[in-house]
Amino acid sequence: MITGALIVVLSFGYVGLLFALAYYGDKRADAGRSIIANPYIYTLSLAVYCTSWTFYGSVGRAATSGIGFLPIYLGPTLMAALWWYVLLKLIRISKAHRITSIADFIASRYGKSHLLGGLVTIIAVLGIVPYIALQLKAISASFSIILQYPTEALVIDSFSDLPFLHDNTFYIAMLLAAFTILFGTRHLDATERHEGLVAAIAFESVVKLVAFIAVGCFVTYGMYDGFSDVFRKAAALPEFNALLNQGGAAGNYTNWLSLTVLSMLAIILLPRQFQVAVVENVDERHLNKAIWLFPLYLLAINIFVLPIALGGLMHFPAGTVDADTFVLTLPMTERVTWLALLAFIGGLSAATGMVIVETIALSTMVCNDLVMPILLRWKYLRLTERRDLSGLLLGIRRGAIIVVLALGYGFFYLAGEAYALVSIGLISFSAVAQFAPAMLGGLFWKGGTRLGALWGLTAGFLVWLYTLLLPSFAKSGWLPITFLTEGIFGIDLLKPQQLFGLQDLDDISHCLFWSMIANIGLYVTISLWRRPTATEHGQANLFVDVLRYVAAGSGSRFWRGSATVIDLQTLLGRFIGPERAHEAFAAYARSQGIQQIEKLTANAVLVHYVESQIAGAIGSASARDMVASVVDEEPLALDEVMAIIDEASQALAYSRQLEEKSRELQSATDELRKANQRLQELDRLKDDFISTVTHELRTPLTSIRAFSEILSDNPQLDQAQRGKFLGIITRESERLTRLINQVLDLAKLESGAADWNPSEMDMREVIEEAATALSQIYKERNIRLELQLPEITPPVTADRDRVMQVVLNLLSNAANFCEKPDSRVCITLEHRSEALQIEVSDNGIGISPADQAIIFEKFRQVSDMPAGKPKGSGLGLAISREIIEHFGGRLWVDSTPELGSRFCFTLPLQRIGGAALAA
Amino acid sequence: MIKPVLKGQRLVALFLLGALLFNYPLLALFAGSERVLGIPLLYLYLFTAWIALIGLMALIIERTDT
Repeated sequence: MITGALIVVLSFGYVGLLFALAYYGDKRADAGRSIIANPYIYTLSLAVYCTSWTFYGSVGRAATSGIGFLPIYLGPTLMAALWWYVLLKLIRISKAHRITSIADFIASRYGKSHLLGGLVTIIAVLGIVPYIALQLKAISASFSIILQYPTEALVIDSFSDLPFLHDNTFYIAMLLAAFTILFGTRHLDATERHEGLVAAIAFESVVKLVAFIAVGCFVTYGMYDGFSDVFRKAAALPEFNALLNQGGAAGNYTNWLSLTVLSMLAIILLPRQFQVAVVENVDERHLNKAIWLFPLYLLAINIFVLPIALGGLMHFPAGTVDADTFVLTLPMTERVTWLALLAFIGGLSAATGMVIVETIALSTMVCNDLVMPILLRWKYLRLTERRDLSGLLLGIRRGAIIVVLALGYGFFYLAGEAYALVSIGLISFSAVAQFAPAMLGGLFWKGGTRLGALWGLTAGFLVWLYTLLLPSFAKSGWLPITFLTEGIFGIDLLKPQQLFGLQDLDDISHCLFWSMIANIGLYVTISLWRRPTATEHGQANLFVDVLRYVAAGSGSRFWRGSATVIDLQTLLGRFIGPERAHEAFAAYARSQGIQQIEKLTANAVLVHYVESQIAGAIGSASARDMVASVVDEEPLALDEVMAIIDEASQALAYSRQLEEKSRELQSATDELRKANQRLQELDRLKDDFISTVTHELRTPLTSIRAFSEILSDNPQLDQAQRGKFLGIITRESERLTRLINQVLDLAKLESGAADWNPSEMDMREVIEEAATALSQIYKERNIRLELQLPEITPPVTADRDRVMQVVLNLLSNAANFCEKPDSRVCITLEHRSEALQIEVSDNGIGISPADQAIIFEKFRQVSDMPAGKPKGSGLGLAISREIIEHFGGRLWVDSTPELGSRFCFTLPLQRIGGAALAA
Repeated sequence: MIKPVLKGQRLVALFLLGALLFNYPLLALFAGSERVLGIPLLYLYLFTAWIALIGLMALIIERTDT
């Protein structure tokens, strides 16, 4: 025996369990250890799709239309295959723009339009509230039935007899409102996620699946002997052939197709599905497993539907028991108390899960897209000046939850057994299907505009109202039935379910056909009629290309203006509370690598961040208005937006290739630049060299030519003069030869084409030989030459002739610059640790520091030459340095003007191997 | 991991297959009164195709080839 008290304790205990679970889930979430962050919980929460309409209704449907109940679950299975693109996109967009409901989504997609958001909300409320009523009715009916235990065979209609306050359904509804308020509006959060609530919903999904399969197994294997047995025995039923063969609904392929399409759309467009699939999604990767696990859940919950329906049809005499209650009444009739209670709890879980999620989704819509926009515009309330609106917002949410549930309860109380309530499932599906063109079109087609969506939605909604909702009212007796049979105003062509004479379709297909013609037709036509505005275009691109715009805050590219950080923080604080606003700003600062909030700059990214945070609380359209109120904005023109988009999309498309190419180019460019610099340097050197060389060659040539001309023009010149001039010509020719030789020599050295004959040589010997060679010149000029050479020096490997050339050059240079009486040149050889060092010092005129820097360059000579004409070619030191450096040594000068100079060079000892010296 | 794009396209192909399997005219082929082990052919066909479809989805999603 099941007493009323037991049922009440059980059902209230069950809801209490949900409270505990949700509380635990929230606690864990606060502690940062989420219990719902896995794909299995995500899948189970998606199963909120299966309401009491599935739990009880599928069997009822199967009892009248055979496998006609299946398209409702095949559609979502097919859609799941498309989730990879559709749902992923929805999740990405919603996360990026803090979208919390379908109304917000559509409003935001078409340029943050209040009107669209409001329209979607109204359609959703009108379409869904009766559906909530249906769940309450299921709860109420199951109460009444199980209270009759064990006499099951009554079609009960007792709830309407009960006084209002004695109705358990009323208390359940109140409890659900409390639950939803407690766990659905605990605090305002930009993400609007409710972990505890999701945990409870997932638990409910487990309960209803277990309960249904338990009943299914009991019927199939307990009451009968497996599937084959059920079907064999059922074949005797008169309606059997109609149920499972072409004669029944299975043969009505148009209806089958319509239901498939409707349920495909419903699985993403029902507010509760959007809530669990998109808003409550913790991690988009959970989608992966859900794509195949969710259809598996649907399959599991449907596999026993037909056996239960057939079992019920065979067990109860026709017409005695409503087929919708077979799940409950079959265990009852077999006196399996625990199973009957389990089935009751299963039905309760299916109904409560739906009511909770649907209510929270609707309340978010009502608050963000209906009430807030109106309140914020109502200047009289001065809401825009209030310091903290978060309390008000929570109040509105809670109020909306109570209103939605009260409407649901009211509709259930009034409609009762009316047709309008019984058939509401598919009518709801048809209502939300109207969102499809604006939503899916907006997801994949950039051309959809606000006006197109607005007109499409309005038209589709009106057609739905006229062809489906009003006829259901007429069938319930709330409208004159002539409305159906004769059409409005008696116009035959306007019969609601045979619009324009279309008679062959069932009511659902009929509504789907006409509403979609109107909806899609207007959406496309009006969208194409007019160019989209800049805002619409910007949003369209952000939505359609969301998978490409990975970086957060990408919406900021379409914004330009100025604001202050403190204004923005105050604004955010008004909607989510100052503390949370501070946290949000601190988090933002951290993400930008900035230590203090004060150091933030109010740039486009920050403004976008604030706007999306506010959007989570009050919807995108109102958030846009609010942000605009504290920010000086400059509107972007359409072509600017287009330019940004083109730029961005092109850049994105080619970025990877470009990156790679530019890296290659970079290195190539570097090399080229270096080569070019070297070339330019060489070119400059060559030019300098040529101009200097030609200048240097011209000097002796001019003097040779001048004296030659004198000689040829004046044959009468005396012998002495003649001899003197010929002497000059000879000297100048020698100088010219020497110069040309040196130029060639230097060119060879520099190009590396010189011949080197390295061999071991004794430096001492080289110096002595050089001194001997120049002794005559020194004697002539009366300069004393001193040699300070050690007794023994280690041999060095070098080209003897070349080193001799260097020593001679230095000694003759010294002689040239010693013009004082008492002149003295000293050459020393020292054995240092790793090299031989040779010094040639004189007490001559010395070299100024400026000249010291340049004398080793080609054709550069000491500038203020006292002797007037330069004595050398200006190449000697340059050649000497080339030679010494070739052997790894160094040549340098120390000098004090007026006191003398000291030229030094080194030659490394056997350090450099023979190979390096081989030319 | 396989390329996500390829995975997505495989799933779309599967959607098309499902749309074909679950609709007229293929359904009509199984709508007769034949039975297999007492179970009506249409019922058996729908559930078999359904399970096969889910199996393929799982295969596409869970398989990690290169």
